[in-house]
Amino acid sequence: MRTLEKKHPLAIRWFHWVNFPVLLLMLWSGLLIYWANAVYRLGLGGSTLFQFFPEAFFEALGIPYRLAEGMSLHFFFMWFFAINGLLYVVYTLLSGEWRYLVPNRHSFREAIQVALHDLGVSHVEPAPRKYNGAQQIAYTTVILMGSGSLLTGIAIYKPVQFAWLTQLLGGYEWARWEHFWLAVGYVLFLVVHVVQVARTGWNNFRGMVTGYEIVTVGIDPRLELPNSDAPAEGTTS
Amino acid sequence: MSTNRDLDVEREMHRKSRRSFLMLGISATAGFAGWTWLTTRPEVGGLPYPLRRALELNEKLAERYFKEARLAPTFPREMAREPRVNGAEGLPSAFDPLAWRLHVLGRGEPRQLTLEDIKRLPRVEMTTELKCIEGWSVIVNWAGSRLSDFAAEYHSGTGDGTPPDVRHRPRDLGRYVGLETPDGGYYVAMDMPSALHPQTLLCYEMNGEPLSIEHGAPLRLITTVKYGIKSIKRIGRITFTDERPPDFWAERGYDWYAGH
Repeated sequence: MRTLEKKHPLAIRWFHWVNFPVLLLMLWSGLLIYWANAVYRLGLGGSTLFQFFPEAFFEALGIPYRLAEGMSLHFFFMWFFAINGLLYVVYTLLSGEWRYLVPNRHSFREAIQVALHDLGVSHVEPAPRKYNGAQQIAYTTVILMGSGSLLTGIAIYKPVQFAWLTQLLGGYEWARWEHFWLAVGYVLFLVVHVVQVARTGWNNFRGMVTGYEIVTVGIDPRLELPNSDAPAEGTTS
Repeated sequence: MSTNRDLDVEREMHRKSRRSFLMLGISATAGFAGWTWLTTRPEVGGLPYPLRRALELNEKLAERYFKEARLAPTFPREMAREPRVNGAEGLPSAFDPLAWRLHVLGRGEPRQLTLEDIKRLPRVEMTTELKCIEGWSVIVNWAGSRLSDFAAEYHSGTGDGTPPDVRHRPRDLGRYVGLETPDGGYYVAMDMPSALHPQTLLCYEMNGEPLSIEHGAPLRLITTVKYGIKSIKRIGRITFTDERPPDFWAERGYDWYAGH
């Protein structure tokens, strides 16, 4: 039979859906800033595999010559990004939600199984749990990346007042480099996340909006007795 | 039996979904309306005013946190490189360095100084990063006089006859310093604590050579506590004032404070 199961607390749903547009705006304004000194690339020595980014990419998105606008947006939405993220971390710690999220000693092996399964290599289904090992690693990593973005961001925003931090991160130039690659990391996370959510289906996605999922549970023989049709309300706590 | 129960579950889920998705829709609409509002407000200095206001709030926080004792890192002299020449605002081609005078304005009598007057102040050399607002940086060796030494020596007075005490009462000179090129084509504003920072120099040498014309001869500003846009070349006028001086790039969408 099927039953409603509480999955995501209201607070976490709010943090998630506030973060989504704020992160997009931080990435967008970051691009407007990055264009003014678009020097990073993938490559070895003198050979470049991929330049971040091709001129056509900037042109197509209308990015050139918007540095001032980018900075003003970045230094506005950074507060929303930081405060929302901090509240999320505090909430998960106080509510105990962190127990589902932080990887344990089995997570890594499970993550490999999940990856093999999702890539179609293996047919071993991941254990039906709130977050499997791969999710635990991904969601915890992205929070660490968030703190990384805040720290590297502060290091390039106020490199003299926070000179100790900038030095700790390898200096002004390195801090900017780190800040950039963390942003690339979010884009990769976002792509995988959206693909996985699409594959997992509507019930799971709806869970992030309503907080509830419909789950099929094993048939309890007591419920098969006649006159046991208690209202659904009573079983969905 | 269990099918009835499943139906109830479906109905309950439907009810919850309607409520939650409605909330999501309302929030998304509100967010989008907020964004539209934010980006269509009348502009102040090239930015919608709420974004300008946000920069000013960031500035207040940064000013409160600022400490003169915090220094930018310095580097070995041999790491110094030639910085690229970026921007020629206020630097028309016709300029006679020999006829140049530095005009100092403030609450008292205006003054006119020569390069010799500046060189008479203690010479300070530093090898620091020049950090461009575009995102690049370069290590350069600079030599010149501290703006704080200059202010203590060549201020134009406090206006009430008493001498200013730059060391202990920097506000004696006013809250801001404005600097302009001789033709007024480029101008920058500095808050007084940043102006009096020990790594804010009036420079006349770069990498061991007298400043070249394209790098701001005969005298330019170099400060480690601001983006490079504040390090004005070819200073013609220095004004100590209580009025927030205009700033070339702050009129074009950039942060007035632009502080590090």
